[in-house]
Amino acid sequence: MVVATMRVSPGVIALSGPLSARGIGRLWEHAVSAAREAGGGALKVDVSGATVLDTSGAALLLALEAGHGGAVEIAGADQHGVALIAQMRKVKPAKPAAQPAKAGASGLAWLAVARIRLEFFGAMVLALLALPAKRRFLRGADFARIAERAGLQALPLVIMLGFLIGMILAFQSAVPMRKFGADLYVANLVAISLFRELGPLLVAVILAGRTGSAFAAELGTMQVNEEIAALTTMGIDPETMLVLPRMGAAMLIMPALVVTMDIAGLIGMVAVLMVFGFPLSAISAQITASSGPADFLQGLVKGVIFAAAVALIGCRAGLTAGHGPRAVGEAATSAVVGGIVATVLLDGLFAVLIYRLRL
Amino acid sequence: MGTVISVEGVGQRFGSRTIFKDVTFDVQEGEIFVVLGGSGCGKSTLLKQMIGLLTPSAGKITIAGHDVVRDIDAVRRIIGVMFQSGALFGSMNLLDNITLPLSVFTDLPATARVEVARMKLALVGLADAALLLPAEISGGMAKRAAIARALALDPPVLLLDEPSAGLDPITCAGLDQLILDLRDTLGATFVVVTHELPSILAIADRCVMLDSAAQGVIALGRPKELRDSSTVPVVRAFFNRETL
Repeated sequence: MVVATMRVSPGVIALSGPLSARGIGRLWEHAVSAAREAGGGALKVDVSGATVLDTSGAALLLALEAGHGGAVEIAGADQHGVALIAQMRKVKPAKPAAQPAKAGASGLAWLAVARIRLEFFGAMVLALLALPAKRRFLRGADFARIAERAGLQALPLVIMLGFLIGMILAFQSAVPMRKFGADLYVANLVAISLFRELGPLLVAVILAGRTGSAFAAELGTMQVNEEIAALTTMGIDPETMLVLPRMGAAMLIMPALVVTMDIAGLIGMVAVLMVFGFPLSAISAQITASSGPADFLQGLVKGVIFAAAVALIGCRAGLTAGHGPRAVGEAATSAVVGGIVATVLLDGLFAVLIYRLRL
Repeated sequence: MGTVISVEGVGQRFGSRTIFKDVTFDVQEGEIFVVLGGSGCGKSTLLKQMIGLLTPSAGKITIAGHDVVRDIDAVRRIIGVMFQSGALFGSMNLLDNITLPLSVFTDLPATARVEVARMKLALVGLADAALLLPAEISGGMAKRAAIARALALDPPVLLLDEPSAGLDPITCAGLDQLILDLRDTLGATFVVVTHELPSILAIADRCVMLDSAAQGVIALGRPKELRDSSTVPVVRAFFNRETL
């Protein structure tokens, strides 16, 4: 590739070859330095040897003028080049002013985000209260489609993860507990862990990763495409039409997923204990002796609350997405992170509540 | 002035559906050449063939002597394209949209790339919008920014797809003037696809008119001559805004 060349003599910088974007890359900084070092006296930039002079070349000549600071004569340009340089000089922008740092900007941004979230939850409460009057906004087909995608299609993943988690928990706890002759109590440990904690918690994490992010991406895309604005201008609340069915579907499918996770986890645990030589009847007796319907129901109730939080956060992330393709990605990320954090916080809250209520 | 673009007997079929056939014309250096016609006549299809996004079913297109099908890399080094939607990268601000081709295809140092990109934005009147994202600017600004990006490497041939579609008349007139100014300043050759009559009359040196019923070219020449003296009913109707 032919590139531009530069010759420097006192008071003169001679440029030759293609003064184009592809031709001037290597000499740009040298040329600007040469112009700067030429001092404040008159400088002549000779472009009579230029084979091409386009806007990038003209930008270089203006950079030489700026770098030199004094009078610069651009000589040797043809009529087209002279006109181009004149036009570029006319439109040359002033340097953009640096953005002044705003004191407390991050704190204000946090407050703004908190306000948006609060407004959204307020709008959701209003949508719920107004639901009887706005039943027409709900579409059964949407509800069924969302429930199928969030529930039925998540079943294989839930079964696989449940089985593996049950196996891992049983194996990891059986080895140390065997030292104390307590390895049969692994059944108690795993069953209680699954029913009370791991079942709903893991399903909520799966829901946040699969469904919460999907809600955010779907609604975020609708926001970017102005479909949400179209709904609003038609007088249809997006909260009622889009968020409530998603929340309802997530809450509806959650107990089924939690039960599936519990059963799959128990099967994984039983498989490990049977390999360790315990009969199924002994394992079954340990499970029924250590955990009752209250543990099981506790997990289901927690699961439903987690599902509501995950769905709500996913929908909020989508509906409050910004503009442009990046916004959809940010909304999906926010949905997953927010969903998992909210789940863990709610789980902590449940732990305290259940302890206080002595359940 | 020599021929820069040559379109010879070009046709396009999608399955059994013929969009157009035997389209032939050439574009001269420094000319603003407009491809016009009603909706669905194949204007944008022809543009896609010219920029190598679609292989013609028949015929041959050359740009500066390079066959668009066989030598697409050479063609892409000498063309700049503005898509109908602007196709600006939404995750980058306007300055980054323009520095992207400069950083990929030139050795310019980072400061020089920014300097050159700012000049291109200034040329299209967007010097103050350099740090805005595409989502933060108007449709007219997006079109101008897309032209600035097409100009990034100063290609000798610029192909613009519907530059004034969906814009108000004042913004359209501003864009038309910008295209004329850029042709005069840069000496580039422009192929503009549009069906906006005021734009055609304002900027076109010559134009070719496609028609879906005729499945090809029904008129070729200077727009004012076609308006005033064409005997083809569709051409007369188009230029004089008449119903057929």
